[in-house]
Amino acid sequence: MTQSTSVEHGSGHESQGFWRTYLFSQDHKTIGIQYAITSLLFLLFGFTLMMIMRWQLAYPGQPIPLIGKFLGEANAPDGIMLPEFYNQLGAMHGTIMIFLGVVPLGVGAFGNFVMPLQIGAPDMAFPKLNMMSYWVYFAGGVTMLGSFLLPGGAANSGWTSYPPLSDIATIGQTAWLIGMFFLITSSLLGSINFIVTIVQLRAPGMTFMRLPFFVWAQLVTSFLLLLAFPPLEAAACLQLMDRLAGTSFFLPSGLVVSGQVVQASGGGSPLLWQHLFWFLAHPEVYVLILPAMGIVAEIIANNTRKPLWSYRSLVYSTLFLGFMSFIVWAHHMYITGMGTTLGTFFQVTTMIISIPSVVILAVLIVSLWGGSIRFTTPMMFACAFLPMFGIGGLTGLPLGLAPTDIPLHDTYYVIGHFHYIVAPGSIFALFAGVYYWFPKATGRRMNDTLGKIHFWGSLICINTIFMPMFIQGLAGVSRRLYDGGAQYAHAQGVLSLNLVMSVAAWSLAIFQIPFIINFFVSIRKGKKVGDNPWDATTLEWATSSPPPHGNFIRPVEVYRGPHEYSVPGAARDFLPQNDPA
Amino acid sequence: MSDSHPVDVRTHVKAYIIVFAALLGLTALTVSVAMLHLSTGEAVIIALFIASIKGSLVACFFMHLLSEKRLIPILLAFTVFFFFALLLLPTAEVFSRGG
Amino acid sequence: MNIPYTSEVRPDTGVYNAKLGIWLFLASEVMLFGGLFSAYIFLRTGAATWPHGWEILNIPLATTNTVVLISSSVTMVMAWASLAGGNFARFRRFLGTTVALGVAFLAIKGMEYGMKFEHGLFPATNTFLAIYFTLTGLHGLHVIGGMIVNVYLLGPGSKMWRKDPQRFTNRVEVAGLYWHFVDLVWIFLFPVLYLL
Ligand code: HEM
Ligand SMILES: [Cu+2]
Repeated sequence: MTQSTSVEHGSGHESQGFWRTYLFSQDHKTIGIQYAITSLLFLLFGFTLMMIMRWQLAYPGQPIPLIGKFLGEANAPDGIMLPEFYNQLGAMHGTIMIFLGVVPLGVGAFGNFVMPLQIGAPDMAFPKLNMMSYWVYFAGGVTMLGSFLLPGGAANSGWTSYPPLSDIATIGQTAWLIGMFFLITSSLLGSINFIVTIVQLRAPGMTFMRLPFFVWAQLVTSFLLLLAFPPLEAAACLQLMDRLAGTSFFLPSGLVVSGQVVQASGGGSPLLWQHLFWFLAHPEVYVLILPAMGIVAEIIANNTRKPLWSYRSLVYSTLFLGFMSFIVWAHHMYITGMGTTLGTFFQVTTMIISIPSVVILAVLIVSLWGGSIRFTTPMMFACAFLPMFGIGGLTGLPLGLAPTDIPLHDTYYVIGHFHYIVAPGSIFALFAGVYYWFPKATGRRMNDTLGKIHFWGSLICINTIFMPMFIQGLAGVSRRLYDGGAQYAHAQGVLSLNLVMSVAAWSLAIFQIPFIINFFVSIRKGKKVGDNPWDATTLEWATSSPPPHGNFIRPVEVYRGPHEYSVPGAARDFLPQNDPA
Repeated sequence: MSDSHPVDVRTHVKAYIIVFAALLGLTALTVSVAMLHLSTGEAVIIALFIASIKGSLVACFFMHLLSEKRLIPILLAFTVFFFFALLLLPTAEVFSRGG
Repeated sequence: MNIPYTSEVRPDTGVYNAKLGIWLFLASEVMLFGGLFSAYIFLRTGAATWPHGWEILNIPLATTNTVVLISSSVTMVMAWASLAGGNFARFRRFLGTTVALGVAFLAIKGMEYGMKFEHGLFPATNTFLAIYFTLTGLHGLHVIGGMIVNVYLLGPGSKMWRKDPQRFTNRVEVAGLYWHFVDLVWIFLFPVLYLL
């Protein structure tokens, strides 16, 4: 079953042909890079969907310039977006960004590439499963993309796929469910592999308390994926049965659609879906953020040239956070008429879980104190992560309490809140990771000037997009509105912000161009680097750039904790983990 | 696997046969209790109690849980905790209202 | 390059890689069936009426099937014990019996399904049947999956016995863990669906 076959793996890389080396590779580094490229492309695609939507929000009912003609008569006749199409774009933007973009980049790409190196392992525990996990993810992505070509287009019931709407939606929803099966399978294979690798393949001397924090973040993330995704899979099975076998798991008795009673046995409950969905989807937000925190912690330690302030609190908070994230899910369901007993339970757990989040953020901020900070491009992104995540987290607190959540639920305030977490939060951290580990993967450094343009441009634009959303949301503008609120009297005062946000979104796209150029040009032309260009302590820097097949030429042994910078009395300002001195 | 020497295998086999007999007996028991058509509450408690014993026998002996070191029992303890959260919290309100 | 601990146990954790892997997989399976059991409880407690399983389903057939599956678990663990004792021929007999019992289980399940369909009872008929078919169907898929693995270990996969007996024994143990889990799920499905 879950067993690796390392026998045919022992032959070294020269003997493997093109297919085995680049496409069907079982080397965790190649797979990590495959994940990185695929997920970056999906991020770009998901962002493009949003840029099209932002036209409709800025100029409701006006033909979309340039690409309007190519969207198809069924979606945008004469280039004017139909409401049905807006719903498809919205649902797929969310789905793609989360399941095909940020998670595969944070876990599949960085986890795969960096984690085995950091623990001193030759590869993942199950290289074949690792390869399968990528290709199953790829199949899921193709299914999701292909669903745009189905009659009625892609799924259009939001990324949350709430029934009864999703039960009776067009066939794109079935494709969404099948795509989700692929993605769930992929992350299941991946998470098993990650956990076994971290537990079993740590190099001699690499005790748990010597693991770089990034590895801890990956470990907890993997547990979340392992245990939280299956209930969504169960829910997806039930929804598939509803759609294909005519069952009524989520259809209440006497449901009326377009003036007609639906022919179904009834007796089901839409709330059942919400429970099973959020049982995954709350832990999922930690899957989006924990790898990001792991990256930021490594970069901060490296660029402040001092150990993290209280590594232990960081680790214990992360473990506690992972545990609690399983029992807070119904804070997404306060408006469903939940009674006070259950409501109290979930409000209390939600307030409790905010404590470890604050501890983590505090540790990272205090770690800056007294450091001789090097403002490299990765460090700029990592530093920006801190206040951005802070804004996202603080604006989340009112959403965790029912009295304040009820008026704010389903408004743009919520959209602003979670985008601060995932966009200037996670995505900034992921950019930091790209700049930081690029030299390890390619042997070359990315250009710093282009990096700084990318950083400042993105920082300004992204805040101009998401800050006004709080204002609109507090004014009561609902999310998922095809016209951005133009029809509503209460939205009129804040309507002009729509154009501001849209222009900022398009400008954000322009500021990604330096990154894309930098990325591709640096692969061939970037400044060559040695094994350890950042003077870092963790093990991925103790091997060549890029590391060979099997990662380390000589067996590694670990003698010390992960971030021993500026140790008094040491010859240099950093002591690598494998340095016995 | 320290426990795979031919010597202990024989004692293992004996345990398997005893567990097998116990499982068959408990299956007979749970079916007979069901024939009594007790009230739903009683029936649920008895049936789940018997099923839990059967399940533990399978896990402890066939799946060698008894001879595992700490790692796997800890993993399972967490899983079981989340399992019950998933099972009971969505319905908690129905229970607390006595429905 | 060799991955450590593929067949030998890592001293400080007490397991080899695949054993930890399969237990993690089973943990996720617990949550998968947990989602469906949760759905069962949610729907049942919310329903105006809910039939007793025995009014609709066939208890004698299901009891037989319980015995079949429990027996297959015993033969599975005996197959592993034979291998651990170095007796390959006996291993094959026991694993062969396990596969045969799996076939018997599916055949009986198929008969049950057929009888329901004949009486016009389909997943769409009511919520009870919907969850019955979903749970037993998913369980059936798990049985099929386990049988594929077992057939592989009986046939082409058994070549490993001569090259690397320890690793092959581990594989059988891992396949066994999965198979017992499928049995364990049925041990709960049977009373929940049929007897309550
Ligand atoms: C930086 C570029 C991004 C922009 C400009 C953007 C903009 C938006 C906007 C305006 C909405 C609301 C649409 C509506 O309610 O009609 C939205 C929804 C959403 N976005 Fe983003 N977003 C961006 C990045 C991301 C990222 C990185 C993620 C996730 C990792 C994400 C996940 C979501 C989700 C889950 C929804 C809800 C979809 C739904 O209503 O079903 N977005 N986004
Ligand atoms: Cu949440």
